[in-house]
Amino acid sequence: MLPVCLTAFASPLLIMAGLGVASGVLLTVAAHIFHIDVDPKVTEVREALPGANCGVCGFAGCDAYAEAVAGGRADVDRCIPGGVGAANALAQIMGVDAGDAGPAMVARVRCQGDVGLAREKYIYTGIDDCFAAVQIFDGHKACAAGCLGHGTCVEACPFGAISIVNQIAVIDEEACKACGRCIKACPKQLIVMVERRQRVMVLCNSDDRGNVVRANCDTGCIGCTRCVRACEHGAISMQGALAVIDYDKCVNCKACVEVCPTHAIRDFDAPPVNREKAAAKAGAAKAKAGA
Amino acid sequence: MIGNILTAFITAVFIDNVVLARFLGICPFLGVSQSTKTAASMGAAVVFVMTLASAATWGIQQILDAFGLGYLQTLAFILVIAALVQFVELFIRKASDALYRALGVYLPLITTNCAVLGICIVNIQAKLGFVDSILNGAFAGAGFAVAIVLFSGIQIRMQESDIPEALKGFPSALIAASLVSLAFFGFQGMKL
Repeated sequence: MLPVCLTAFASPLLIMAGLGVASGVLLTVAAHIFHIDVDPKVTEVREALPGANCGVCGFAGCDAYAEAVAGGRADVDRCIPGGVGAANALAQIMGVDAGDAGPAMVARVRCQGDVGLAREKYIYTGIDDCFAAVQIFDGHKACAAGCLGHGTCVEACPFGAISIVNQIAVIDEEACKACGRCIKACPKQLIVMVERRQRVMVLCNSDDRGNVVRANCDTGCIGCTRCVRACEHGAISMQGALAVIDYDKCVNCKACVEVCPTHAIRDFDAPPVNREKAAAKAGAAKAKAGA
Repeated sequence: MIGNILTAFITAVFIDNVVLARFLGICPFLGVSQSTKTAASMGAAVVFVMTLASAATWGIQQILDAFGLGYLQTLAFILVIAALVQFVELFIRKASDALYRALGVYLPLITTNCAVLGICIVNIQAKLGFVDSILNGAFAGAGFAVAIVLFSGIQIRMQESDIPEALKGFPSALIAASLVSLAFFGFQGMKL
């Protein structure tokens, strides 16, 4: 009886063990034969990442991001699941400063023309999606550059940083991780990434002439060039009828914020532009024109 | 001969589709079908792995049968398929960077995929020969590719549409998948 038991146990054990060993040897040999010299930094960086392959960093996966970081083509703080820990580990490997806990960049919407301030061209009742709305005569806003406010960017944001306030998109600076997904989600190309330390920004993307902007919106840039003259650092220039701030020269003195008649330039250290103020001013101007 | 191969092809792709009729490999079918491009790459990787795995497991089954150890089939197949896929990944990575980027990154995802194992076991149960096993593996993989590419089109359409909140994402994907499966059941009545 004993030998039968032995063979009944031994042969399956031997076969499975043999298969396991054979596979192991095959893979070891293959790893040696097909060895590729990978930059040791790539491996190190890759091991410091969580490996979720979520793509929030903007790359195809952890491997692609690790390659970009090791090649110096990407910042070390792009991995959101890894958080501060991963950013510091990557900074140590790469020998750079991780900086603050938060990302250095932030997304901003270049439009403040909400439902009370900007005029509509027609009443849109279609699918609640900016790409759908933009198909019909470039969207329902009278201003061709304006935010349509259907929240396509809200859905694109993995961090819930964007909300629709008074029918335009507003980004919460604290929650924004600068992943850049909203930029791709905006059919009007209204969202841009700027450095967090830049506190003033022209929140209008319309290069229409002043009278056209005035007719469409109470808080658009009308190209009056007052900010250009107010800026002591020569940081503001006109691109057509739209004021553009050169952030290499801007020192956040906020002189331009004070002089802008339509509050198109916003100070990000203060609460959002006073809607009532802009609306009242526009109302007064209209009354004057009427009289 | 060619008629037989054609019959086997139509059977594997349409009548006994690995995803839509056998319900194997649902996980990558639902997970990697968000865009048609990745779905096609995934399909290609599955064709590749199923073909290789069918060949390898046919040999393993001969060894197991010789010792009367047919019951070790599942264990042995999982081990062999996993090792094989890892080996192929190493090889592709060395051989061609372009091919690795197009195909290689999907290989680890299907290392222990149930569709691959399932088709290998089906091959054995149907008592197919070596060549027939390989062909059946390739055709079943093609069936998976057809299913996932078709479904990715539906997924893209669903991303654009206004779906009730409760059904967004996975629930609606499952409903759509069952409808596609139902459509494929129409092929069951075909006489070849």
